[in-house]
Amino acid sequence: METKNVMIVGVGGQGSLLASKLLGSILTDEGYDVKVSEVHGMSQRGGSVVTYVRFGDKVYSPVVSTGEADYIVSFEKIEAARYAAWLKDGGRIVVNIQQIDPMPVITGAAEYPEGILEELKSKGIFVDEIDALSMASDAGSSKAVNIVLMGRLAKYFDIGKEKWLAAIEKLVKPQFVEINKKAFEIGYSS
Amino acid sequence: MKKMMLGNEAAARGLYEAGVKVVSSYPGTPSTEITEFAAKYDEIYCEWAPNEKVATEVAFGASLRGVRSACAMKHVGLNVAADPLFTLSYTGVNGGLVLFVADDPAMHSSQNEQDSRHYAVAAKVPMLEPSDSVETKEFVKEAYEISEKYDTPVIVRMCTRIAHCQNVVELEDRKEIPVPEYEKQPQKYIMSPANAVRRHPFVEERTKKLSEFGETSPLNRIEKGSSNEIGIICAGTCYQYVKEVFGDKVFVLKLGLINPLPERLIRDFAASVEKVYVIEELDGIIEQHLNKLGVPCVGKELFPPVGEFNQSTIRAAFGLPQPKSVSSDTPVPVRPPVMCAGCPHRGLFYVLSKNKITTLGDIGCYTLGSAAPLSALDSTLCMGASVSGIHGFNKAGGADSEEKTVCVIGDSTFMHSGMTGLVNIAYNGSNSTVIILDNSITGMTGHQQNPTTGYNIKGEPAAAVDLEELCRAIGIKRVRVVDPYDLKQCEDAVKEELAVKEPSVIISRRPCMLLKYVKPKPALKINPEKCVSCKMCMKLGCPAISIKDKKAFIDPTQCVGCAVCGQLCKVGAIEV
Repeated sequence: METKNVMIVGVGGQGSLLASKLLGSILTDEGYDVKVSEVHGMSQRGGSVVTYVRFGDKVYSPVVSTGEADYIVSFEKIEAARYAAWLKDGGRIVVNIQQIDPMPVITGAAEYPEGILEELKSKGIFVDEIDALSMASDAGSSKAVNIVLMGRLAKYFDIGKEKWLAAIEKLVKPQFVEINKKAFEIGYSS
Repeated sequence: MKKMMLGNEAAARGLYEAGVKVVSSYPGTPSTEITEFAAKYDEIYCEWAPNEKVATEVAFGASLRGVRSACAMKHVGLNVAADPLFTLSYTGVNGGLVLFVADDPAMHSSQNEQDSRHYAVAAKVPMLEPSDSVETKEFVKEAYEISEKYDTPVIVRMCTRIAHCQNVVELEDRKEIPVPEYEKQPQKYIMSPANAVRRHPFVEERTKKLSEFGETSPLNRIEKGSSNEIGIICAGTCYQYVKEVFGDKVFVLKLGLINPLPERLIRDFAASVEKVYVIEELDGIIEQHLNKLGVPCVGKELFPPVGEFNQSTIRAAFGLPQPKSVSSDTPVPVRPPVMCAGCPHRGLFYVLSKNKITTLGDIGCYTLGSAAPLSALDSTLCMGASVSGIHGFNKAGGADSEEKTVCVIGDSTFMHSGMTGLVNIAYNGSNSTVIILDNSITGMTGHQQNPTTGYNIKGEPAAAVDLEELCRAIGIKRVRVVDPYDLKQCEDAVKEELAVKEPSVIISRRPCMLLKYVKPKPALKINPEKCVSCKMCMKLGCPAISIKDKKAFIDPTQCVGCAVCGQLCKVGAIEV
C-alpha cells in the first residue's frame, strides 16, 4: 500500500500529542509500518504545532511535505489554512471551528482572517467543519477536543470503532477514560 | 515484544539493553527524553547534572570505575562539554562511554544551527548517526562495543526528526556487564603533558583503525538500485528522504559511522555509479571528505547548509515533479509561542518594559519575553551569558548603564552557568543588577528538576541550593526576593537595586503555573460596564486577554486568576 499521510495541526497545549499517539497506536495494531513525528520544546508554548502520522507498507520519511497529506486534522480554524498547502489533491481537512487568537491578533498587529474556511472550500478543498469544543464540553471536558476530532477522523478510516475505543482505554489515564470515550463517540456519530 | 518508541526512548532502551549503569545529563531539546526514559529503568542510575560539562565528567568517572555510562545533551550542550570531550578522546575509557548529541536543524527549539559532526572530527572520536528508532537502539549497543574495543568515547548524533519521531522497535533483554575491580592506570588517565604526548599517537592510530572498521562494518552499507546513473551518499534523516523519493531506483551509500569516514568504500561506491551526490543537512562534512579524496561529487551547491530537508527538498534538487497543492490566498497571521497565561515571568517583564530598562536575557521560557507587546529583552546568547554579559555591558557603559540595566536568568540556567558570571560580578566589582527568575523548575524543556528544586530526577527529595545564601556566599550583599505577581513590589525592588552603588540580586520567585502542585485560581472576568477600552491590560501580552466588541475579554478556559492584569486596570473593571 502506498504510504498515507495524516497531519494533526493546532495550538500548543491542545493535546495533539495524545491524538497522534492514539492514531499511531491504532495504525500499528492494524499491522502498518508507522512513523509519528512530533515537535517538543519551544513550539509547545501556545505556538503553532504540527504532528505528522505516516503509515503504509514501508514508511521512510518522518515528515509530510506540501501536497502530500491525505488528511489534515486541524484543532483550530486558521491553522487549517496555514497548512492547507500540505494537503494532496483530493485530500480532506477535518477542522474544529474554534478560534484561538494568536498573539499578533491579540496585540492588534494582525487581524484574524474571516471566512477562511469558505475560501478553502471555494478552491475545491474538502473541508469538514465541526464545533469540537462544544462537543467536548458535552462529553464532560473542554480538554477532550483532541479526542472529539479523532472520532470525526475515524469516520474516514476503515477501522472498527471498538478498536479506537480500546486504544483510548490503553492510552488515557484511567480517570479520564470515560470522558474521552464519550468524546470519541460524539465526534464519531456527529 | 514490539513497541512504538520515540528515537529518544529507543536510545534509552539501547542504554538499558547495553547494560549501562550510570547516566548523567542536563536537559535540552531535542535530547531531554533520552535521560527521562532511561530514568524509568531501575537498573540505570540517572541524574540531572547542573550542566553538560559536569554530566560528561560524571559519565567519565563512571567509565573510569569500569561501568558503562552515558550523557545526553543538545548540540549547544556539547559546546559546554567540549572541554572534557577533547581530553576524554586521549584517556579513552574503561567502561564504555557514549555521548548523545542532538542537533536541531531548522532550530525548532534552539538558538543556533551548529553541526555537531565538527566536534567528532575535531576531538577525533567516532560518531554514529541512526536514521530511525530501530537503528537508534541498535547503534547505541554497537556504540558501546566500539567504545570498549577501540578505547574511545563514542558520540551518537541524533537530530530532531530522529529524536522526536516514533516507530516500532523490537525490545530485547538487558545484557548485564560485571563491574571489574578498580585498577589504577595513571599513564592512561592522568593527562599531564608527559602522559598526553604518549596518548596522542594512540588517538591517531585509533582513528586509522576506526576508519578501516568503517570500510566493512555493517554500519555503512551500499544499497544497489535499478539504475547506476545516480549514486547518493547520505546518513540519518537524509537517508529516509532519499529512499522516500527514489525507493530502490538509485544507488545509495548509507553511512552509519559518520566519523571517521571510510575511503575505499566511498571510492568503490563512486566508481560503481555515473554521478555521486552527497546529501547532508547543515554543513558539507561528507562532501569535504570526498573533496579530500579527490572523488567528484555534487553536494552543497544543490543542498543548502541551512534548515531542515524533506522529500520535497530532494525532489526539487533533482528537478522531479512536486505533488500538486492548493494554498490559501488570505495571509494567515503567524502564531509564535508565548508565555502561558499566569506565567510568573510576565509581571516582572512588564515592570522592566514599562521602565524601559535594558535587559540582557538568557536561555529558557523567558526568552519569550522578547516578543511584543512586552519586548522586554535586549539579548539572548547562550546559557549564562546574561550574567557575564551585564558585567561587560556595565564595565563598558559605566554608571549610566548600571542605573538602567538588568539581566534575567532562570533558576536552572543560573545553576548551569550563571553562578560563575555572578562570581565575576562580585569579584571584579560592577554595580550590576541580576534578576533570577526562580520558577522552581526547568521549564522550557518540559519540567525537569534541578539543584534548586529539592527533588531529583525520580522526584525523590534531594538537597536544594539556597539561592539567597549562595548569592551572599559569592559576595553579593544585597539579595532580595520578590513575588512577580506583585507589580509594585517588583517595581520598587528594581528601582531601588538599580539605584544602589553595589551589585545586587533580585530573586523573582513563584513556581511555574504548569506545575501540578500549583492550583489555578478561578478565572477573572471583565465587567463591561466598567471597562473603558483603554487596553492597559493588553500591555501584558497575556494569551487569555483579548478585545471582543471593543471591550477587554478574559478567556475563562485560559485564565488562572493570577490577577496581574487587575493591577493595571485603572477603573477596577477586572473582577473575580
